[in-house]
Amino acid sequence: MTAQNDQGEARKRWMSLLAKSPPARLAALTRDMTDWPAFEWLRPPEVGGVMVRGRTGGTGAPFNLGEMTVTRCALRLATGEVGHGYVQGRDKAHAERAALIDAMMQTKRADALRRAVLDPLATQMQADKASRAAKAAATKVDFFTMVRGED
Amino acid sequence: MRDDTLSGGFADPPVDAAHAFRAALSALARPGRIETLTGAQAPEPVSPAAAALLLTLCDAETPLFLAPLHDTPALRDWIAFHIGAPITPPHAAQFALGRWSDLPPLQGFPIGTADYPDRSTTLIIELDRLTAQGARLTGPGIETEAHLSLPDIAPFRANRALFPLGLDFYFTCGTSLAGLPRSTNVEDA
Amino acid sequence: MYVAVKGGERAIDNAHDWLAEERRGDPSVPELGVAQIREQLALAVNRVMAEGSLYDPDLAALAIKQARGDLIEAIFLIRAYRTTLPRIGHSRPVDTGAMACIRRISATFKDAPGGQVLGPTFDYTHRLLDFKLAADGETPEAKTGAGLAPEMPRITEFLNREGLIQDESTCDDTPPDMTRAPMEYPAGRALRLQALTRGDEGFVLGMAYSTQRGYGRNHPFVGELRIGTVAVEMDIPELGFAIEIGEITLTECETVNQFMGSKTEPPQFTRGYGLVFGQTERKAISMALVDRALRWEELGEDSDGAPAQDEEFVLSHADNIQATGFLEHIKLPHYVDFQSELELIRKIRTEAQAGARKDAAE
Repeated sequence: MTAQNDQGEARKRWMSLLAKSPPARLAALTRDMTDWPAFEWLRPPEVGGVMVRGRTGGTGAPFNLGEMTVTRCALRLATGEVGHGYVQGRDKAHAERAALIDAMMQTKRADALRRAVLDPLATQMQADKASRAAKAAATKVDFFTMVRGED
Repeated sequence: MRDDTLSGGFADPPVDAAHAFRAALSALARPGRIETLTGAQAPEPVSPAAAALLLTLCDAETPLFLAPLHDTPALRDWIAFHIGAPITPPHAAQFALGRWSDLPPLQGFPIGTADYPDRSTTLIIELDRLTAQGARLTGPGIETEAHLSLPDIAPFRANRALFPLGLDFYFTCGTSLAGLPRSTNVEDA
Repeated sequence: MYVAVKGGERAIDNAHDWLAEERRGDPSVPELGVAQIREQLALAVNRVMAEGSLYDPDLAALAIKQARGDLIEAIFLIRAYRTTLPRIGHSRPVDTGAMACIRRISATFKDAPGGQVLGPTFDYTHRLLDFKLAADGETPEAKTGAGLAPEMPRITEFLNREGLIQDESTCDDTPPDMTRAPMEYPAGRALRLQALTRGDEGFVLGMAYSTQRGYGRNHPFVGELRIGTVAVEMDIPELGFAIEIGEITLTECETVNQFMGSKTEPPQFTRGYGLVFGQTERKAISMALVDRALRWEELGEDSDGAPAQDEEFVLSHADNIQATGFLEHIKLPHYVDFQSELELIRKIRTEAQAGARKDAAE
């Protein structure tokens, strides 16, 4: 049961990573992969909208903020594993890559894929985030007291 | 989730759904006329025509009621993947699916309001046979009269009396589809 | 007399061709790419996403290009496209407390934990035209620093700990969606916030300004303004768990408003809330002020009868696509309507003149 939960958590992490990844990055990291497995579509890639919700006051009752574009697909490898792709934006090839990787992560190629694609992708995205945070940090205000009004 | 619940969707969703929508539209516009609907396969006991109707008319924003014999884990999984419709009790249903004998009392389904007559349930009723014989139908969309093998008479007459409120019905059997909107008069043949 | 006419196809086709040519402008000037608009006119892109109610920077940039920079026309294009998208589902409410902030300021607490982070703001520029930009000047590289707090706690939570600010509702009901069901009044706060976040920036700004000038005054402080990215999480029915399906930039503004208390509520601070797609600071602050103004009834205040306190007035005029549609349709052919008006006026005049002659004769 725990192993299954761990597996579920791990899958949630890689699917989230793939969903948020810039399409060009994922394409570049998988460009040299020539041995994509054979598959059949369970759901061909489709572009749709997801209604994003917020909360009143940030913590209160939910409200509808607006939609975002999402592309999703599902496929089954010839070996039986089912892969789902949910990615931000409208890039169908990106969704297909995400679904293929999701399926292949359930096979014995998982470790190799993790090293070649998922880990570098996570590292690059983390670096982008860190770079933004470092620029924000440079704009943090240091107050210093000019006069203190105590007698 | 079992694997077979992931198949059985339309092969070419935009085109197949457009054809199915046309058939669904014609069925309601010409009550009693029998249309053919193919291209979808849901888990037992759903007919291909009913499966195509679900794929065409329902989505994540249309609460769906399943009568007990249709409320199976396999069908719930199939709906979750292909449609995403939430499964609800009759009073919140925009669509309902079941065999006639298996459905709860029709009074439990919303019939719309005076401001919004469209906020009512459309029922998809699975029959063992569906032919252009039986109850006599007259009204909008029917030049003189039509006949349809309805499973009953009185409930549809009562529904007609609610107009402009009321329920709308599809009947399915295999790949056959017929419609009975709330505007049709129903009499014993 | 009624004359039905048709025609104009050739004129319309030619107008479209000319429009396309004008859109391109002088062909000796390099064409603007969609990526250039997305990267270099990002705040216009953000406005189109917010008011188009669809988060997709590439589409918004394309719409701006196609609309020749007319942002309301671009918003119209995005709204039209949005209606063609199947609705896959809805997200879990985003957690703005976990935002990766690029900007976070408070006008109420100087020493807020996490600090005052200015981010890429116009606030302290001198508003002098920079002619270096006209000459393709090199941009300086942004400085980097360290020590940005990983967590930026919500300012209003400090006040909440002392019970000095009104609590937010904890109701978790499915919110109404104005893109799915017609508006009904009274609308409730969830629907108001949806209408305001996609409302016209100029209109919401004007309404907010009117409250500051005394038409429904509510004494706001910007408790906190934050801009940054949040993950969007959605439950995937076929998987049985939730995944993050993307990451979006949001601007959030929480105002803290003075409140003298009412028959039912003790004196305390109250809140106004703004949350908008993209870096859209003016809009988010405006939204928070108007949100607070519209809350007079639930807080047991008396209305001043100010426009910004009139829910139906604000919500039914906030949408620039509705407004533009109704406004601009009057320039389209109304030949028959006008003909009947013309005949009516002639008839009344004839009758009036006949009456006058009769009076004179008597």
